[in-house]
Amino acid sequence: MSILIKNGRVIDPANKIDAVLDVFIQDDKISKVAKNIQIQAEIIIDADRKIVAPGIVDMHVHLREPGREDKETVASATAAAAKSGITTVLAMPNTQPAMDCAENIELLRGIIKRTALVNVLICGTITRERLGKELSDLAALKKSGAIAISDDGSSVDNDKLMLEAFKKAKQAGLLTICHCEDKKLSGKGVINLGFNSTRLGLRGISNASEYQRVSRDIELAQKCGASLHIAHVSCKESVDIIAAAKQRGVQVTCETAPHYFALTEEDIIDYDTNMKINPPLRTKKDAEAIKAGLKNMAIDAIASDHAPHTENEKDIEFDRAEFGKIGLESGLAVSIMELIDKKILNWQELVERLALNPAKILGINKGTLSIGADADIMIVDADKEFVLEKKKIVSKSKNSPFIGRKVKGLVEYTLCSGKIVYKN
Amino acid sequence: MLWTKKDLLGLEYLTAGEIELILATAESFKEVSTREIKKVPALRGKTAVNLFYEPSTRTRVSFEVAAKRLSADVINIATETSSVRKGETLIDTGKNIQALKADIIIMRHNCSGAANILARSLDISVVNAGDGWHEHPTQALLDIFTLKEKLGKIKGLNVAIVGDIAHSRVARSNIWGLTKLGAKVTLCAPEMLLPPGIEITGAKTSTNIDEVFQTASLKNYPHRHFEKHGHESFPAQLDYFKRFGITEERLAKAKKGIIVMHPGPINRGIEMSSGVADGESSVILEQVTNGIAIRMAVLFLVNQAREARR
Repeated sequence: MSILIKNGRVIDPANKIDAVLDVFIQDDKISKVAKNIQIQAEIIIDADRKIVAPGIVDMHVHLREPGREDKETVASATAAAAKSGITTVLAMPNTQPAMDCAENIELLRGIIKRTALVNVLICGTITRERLGKELSDLAALKKSGAIAISDDGSSVDNDKLMLEAFKKAKQAGLLTICHCEDKKLSGKGVINLGFNSTRLGLRGISNASEYQRVSRDIELAQKCGASLHIAHVSCKESVDIIAAAKQRGVQVTCETAPHYFALTEEDIIDYDTNMKINPPLRTKKDAEAIKAGLKNMAIDAIASDHAPHTENEKDIEFDRAEFGKIGLESGLAVSIMELIDKKILNWQELVERLALNPAKILGINKGTLSIGADADIMIVDADKEFVLEKKKIVSKSKNSPFIGRKVKGLVEYTLCSGKIVYKN
Repeated sequence: MLWTKKDLLGLEYLTAGEIELILATAESFKEVSTREIKKVPALRGKTAVNLFYEPSTRTRVSFEVAAKRLSADVINIATETSSVRKGETLIDTGKNIQALKADIIIMRHNCSGAANILARSLDISVVNAGDGWHEHPTQALLDIFTLKEKLGKIKGLNVAIVGDIAHSRVARSNIWGLTKLGAKVTLCAPEMLLPPGIEITGAKTSTNIDEVFQTASLKNYPHRHFEKHGHESFPAQLDYFKRFGITEERLAKAKKGIIVMHPGPINRGIEMSSGVADGESSVILEQVTNGIAIRMAVLFLVNQAREARR
């Protein structure tokens, strides 16, 4: 199979390319990137006035399968991903059962093999059943195909156990992804602690509940020279702590999610439970710090933290609703609106945060259009405006806080391993 | 001024003009309760449903009396014995009540925002009778009504609100209502019972009650929910009474003509001494009487606005 993508504006931060070029794909690899390629191809795609970039690597996605197929499945999530230019997702391990042993990972691998439309990588748990009591057999997780570990949704409270986890993860060659939250501080909080929690009469979650745990995890990882990745950074102090750790030479990377720079606590009007997210939407000052961090690389990556929930779990009292929002289908368009249009990042920088950096963090041969790289590509009509509509959501769950919002940047094609997996 | 809202969810959502309209309407309804036959036909043929997810006697009875004096039919749903116990969602319960062709739901709920969620899901009117720590608009309206009746005006008044501000919906509604009408509000509580950012509303804060009483014309006293919270995070009750309790000695040193209000039920000996609760500064029972007029006004206005939409 060969595909020739003609006349697109090729964005490839790995090779510092931002130019109108052709891209030639032979089988599942990038074969050539050059001006006006004259070659026979089975499929020719006209990408005139479109962005041609490496497919997005979304390193924080809750697929909900196995266990909660009513919320999402590997098939529905990867279809939503394909529609949105995402060619690789990292599946978070808080499924039922959790990805805490080789057997469960085998089960998920089987489902992926049968039903996934894009690449799905597997994250195992740090502790058995994510209970924070006893480490999973990390070597076995690695052997069965996990590339990272995380107890996402919870943090390992016990310092000694977490230190042990970093050591074992390093030995096993696994990346440790930390959900940083001290539940002793966040307690029963449901939104950011501040005037807005006062106004709405809801329990608040302080910045400290996040950044104190960021500090601890960095300190523990540094102690044993392990690399760590901080998930869903939401507040200014976390950005500052991570930037300082990078300066000291700690092997720390981190991600934020589009809602942390596109929304603030002030958007939680009228108790919209789709805005109930953990960590919570923070203040304007925090959102500004997130954008600055994305610009100066204190923050490496943008990931969706796609967290599907059914309407039964969301269309209820705010205190009782589940935390989380879907994000696969809004991430790129919201990022274009908030980061490109507002001149925070240029296109090379955005693609770096969405694709190249996450690929590097995960150590995979993706996120670039280099010759020989996996042919995972998105073609985007970056100027095309559209409204995010509930009825067009492909994901099984519809809990998006961006429904009704006018955005920009429509995906025209998504190619995964040299195959067209989505065409608008 | 025209009332256009089918619901009353909180005083934060109202303009000063809308609050004044409720007060004026209540004034004209107050007289009804003094008649030989205490009834007007304003809501004849209408059905009001009291949907109380939290135990409440005084607010529920006050709404029931108000609705009946307007000739509405009133149905009380005790959630402990209804299908709510079987796990029915709030919105489903609301839709079922709507399907019975009820006109107004009066709801008390322990979750903040429950009334907002119900109101946006239904076409019938929703009146918030207290939701979590969020708002209790009719209580604040009757406080403001009583205050205006006693002192003649709201604008420029110094009002102290003493007690557990952080966990009080009554305090929040009073802060919004009073500041919108131009009163100067001071919140007086131990540090840990003042919620973050509250000064953004325009209210001042203080931890010294005696200082506040030098200038305040009124003290409005929200519940201290001793029964709802772990005692360990609160100052000991006796210690609280020493620092913040309203006593005859404190009132003697306060500004002349100060009045004392309380939404009830009173924690005698913790929040205030019995001498104060029953003393001549206290207008606590007048508040109860005025509550009927305020709730009649609210039920009347939301019903009218909803009917105007058709």
